[in-house]
Amino acid sequence: MTTTTTPQTQQPAATPRVSFWRDEAKEPWRRNLALIGVLILLFIIGAVIRPELYGDPKWVFDNMMVILQQASAIGVVTVGMTFIIIGGGIDLSVGALIALAGVWCTTVATQSFGSAGMIFTAVAVGVGAGLVNGVLIAYGRLVPFIATLAMLVAARGLAARISGKQTQVSTDQFINSIASTRPFGIPMLALILVAVAALGWVLLNRTTFGRRTVAIGGNAEAARLAGINVRRHTMLLYALSGLCCGIAAIMLTSLATSSQAAAAELYELDAIAAAIIGGTLLTGGRGTIVGSMIGVVIFATITNLFAITNTPTEAQNMVKGGIIVLAVLIQQLKFKSVKQMLIRT
Amino acid sequence: MTNENVILRLTDVVKTFPGVVALGGVELEVRAGEVHCLLGQNGAGKSTLIKVLSGVHKPDSGTVQWLGEEVAFANPQAAMKAGIATIYQELDLVEDMSVAENVYLGHEPRSLGFVNRSLMARNTSGILAQLGHAEVVPTRLVRVLSSAGKQLVSMARALSHQAKLIIMDEPSAVLAHDEVENLFRIIRELTAQGIAVVYISHRLEEIREIGDRVTVLKDGRTSAVNLPARTTPTRDLVSRMTGRTIEYVFPPRGDAQPGDKLLEVKGLNRSGEFHDVSLSVHSGEIVGIAGLVGSGRSELLETIFGARRADSGTVTMNGTQLRPGSVGASVKAGLGLAPEERKSQALMLGEPVYRNMTLSTFADLASAGFTSTEKEQAAALGAAKQLDLKPLDVRRSAGTLSGGNQQKVVVGRWLLGGTKLLILDEPTRGVDVGARAELYQVIRGLTEQGVGVLLVSSEVPEVLGLADRVLVMREGRVIRHTAAGELTEEDVLDLVMAGSLETAGEEAA
Repeated sequence: MTTTTTPQTQQPAATPRVSFWRDEAKEPWRRNLALIGVLILLFIIGAVIRPELYGDPKWVFDNMMVILQQASAIGVVTVGMTFIIIGGGIDLSVGALIALAGVWCTTVATQSFGSAGMIFTAVAVGVGAGLVNGVLIAYGRLVPFIATLAMLVAARGLAARISGKQTQVSTDQFINSIASTRPFGIPMLALILVAVAALGWVLLNRTTFGRRTVAIGGNAEAARLAGINVRRHTMLLYALSGLCCGIAAIMLTSLATSSQAAAAELYELDAIAAAIIGGTLLTGGRGTIVGSMIGVVIFATITNLFAITNTPTEAQNMVKGGIIVLAVLIQQLKFKSVKQMLIRT
Repeated sequence: MTNENVILRLTDVVKTFPGVVALGGVELEVRAGEVHCLLGQNGAGKSTLIKVLSGVHKPDSGTVQWLGEEVAFANPQAAMKAGIATIYQELDLVEDMSVAENVYLGHEPRSLGFVNRSLMARNTSGILAQLGHAEVVPTRLVRVLSSAGKQLVSMARALSHQAKLIIMDEPSAVLAHDEVENLFRIIRELTAQGIAVVYISHRLEEIREIGDRVTVLKDGRTSAVNLPARTTPTRDLVSRMTGRTIEYVFPPRGDAQPGDKLLEVKGLNRSGEFHDVSLSVHSGEIVGIAGLVGSGRSELLETIFGARRADSGTVTMNGTQLRPGSVGASVKAGLGLAPEERKSQALMLGEPVYRNMTLSTFADLASAGFTSTEKEQAAALGAAKQLDLKPLDVRRSAGTLSGGNQQKVVVGRWLLGGTKLLILDEPTRGVDVGARAELYQVIRGLTEQGVGVLLVSSEVPEVLGLADRVLVMREGRVIRHTAAGELTEEDVLDLVMAGSLETAGEEAA
């Protein structure tokens, strides 16, 4: 056996062109297209039920802006949640952190520092609480579910304590004006969401931070053995989620011109659901910001549809629960294998 | 003594997996009440044979005769029902259930649909007494038992199924020395009751002590059947296991003398894993570590790399002592590890090849924190060409590659990082024969660029053929350190398989 194989036998890198519908790398695109299809479907349903409203283009545009306004705070939180879930974790404390940051930044003492003081406080409280989550999970080896569940309870408690269970009215003109400003007819809050989502997209897809997130969620042990500081990054992910909560707290305070300890209730569920509907894998390693954002808009549109058709809240929640189950089922069925079956027949 | 008490007979059993012939014609004859030992190197087909016997795999051809009738077990439950029980190395017990619950797991005695707990406990006590361990309380949680105790529970479970044949896969590997004697006593109890035992072990001393007959496997075939366990000379047994029919093609060793000392390990200890290991690797040199699974090899490599923290001892790279337990520091100093479990420890299977390759370098290829897909793909493509990756497409997801090419991706990761010392743990596991030769070329090629390589493999010929220097490890200690040319495969097997009962003590002294 003296023959040595010559390396000349290799084929040129001829990658056959894969069709858009089969290429695995295009899976997120296909999913997002399907989600947009769902949005259009929801629009049609609305038009069928209330044709007199949907016949008026001005009403339709205004209604879309209402939907975006309602989706904005949840959307910002979902950006952070998407990072967390892609990184292989979960954050149940986001709603509570929004309430805590909102209450803290609207105390009489904080308001005396003006708009900048309020914004700084909200962000600092969010990041600080997120860091506590991160340290507990990354260095204290707590399961994310447990650590953030504890934070949920504790933060709500602290928020109630600070506010004395009272609604705290914001007297800051600047903060209050954010939600009512409409540059080019588009609500300011929606623009903030777009900005946060865009930054999140860049962070996830174009930076080393995003790459670490995907690597750790995809295979934490491989990332560790490749020299990535998994613990520090995990901690930073929860701080990022906290930062999003701080921003969302300002947005909600502006919208209501007040804050209270019971604010943003169940936001964690909406954010997780939106991320999952948008294609984020609950086991980590895969997900897109665009998908999550469409997920948020779908949820807001459904809520809006219910409002237009005067459906009671209980029914709304039941339908929402059904949608989450459906989304996860579709994720498990793996979309593409269904697609392949369709192609074959 | 011909046919009347033969309970199991395998004739010409063949089992293939895609691309691999795991069993290429195996004979086995087991009599009631005997201890039949199965001997063979790693990859000889022992595990596949066990799985065929226990109904996990179905043979492609050949016959399995059980109690005189030809059988084909549909699943492990069917084999269990027929009376064949298997005790794997990784015991399949539920830790948080009691002894009795584990023994009767899945076939609990019932009355009126409710589990009859007192009957279950009574029966379990009976079985344990039968095994000579009446002192084990059936209501204790399995979690609190020692390894030996857990093994006992597994055996009791086998007996609760009225097993007539018990297959034991390296049962002594998890036991302390005095517990092995106890295990042997239990085995003698079993055989005295007419139960046959198929005993798998690497330790010749144990086979001599407990075995009746030996069947030797080599490269998926039986190379010897029914040798007397006590009287067959060791040389004969070892020679039946060695001498490959598969050709290993190793690249020739370079003439160049090894360069500067890269890695120096001094007195490294981790309790329960390895003791007082010292070694060095020079630039351009391959140092191989031979030893059985469980000899502490992988743990040693991971500790050198900083993925585990040593109890004592130092690791020095290029004259600088590495911070213990810090992978980051090791990678910065120029170490790279291709771990044992490629899929779970090294790769993100859903991600493209180039992202897998740049997993430790994407931050260096980035500017101001922004990653560069172009730079990463270009760098990965360069490494892929150098390693002759097939297919040569760095955007393909890593999970679609063959085992050999996945390994190249992991090696490529460290090539990109300018790694000076590459640690390879079982680099050819799950890699087919043709691709192995290629990997050997790649590894040898790296040393010509001045990279030092520390290699661990269960396949002795691989270590001897590829390495310049060889360390032999047994039970956490380096017991031999020599140039590769001075050892034969038989020598190494002699060293690693020599009975642990007698000799382990003297080396500690």
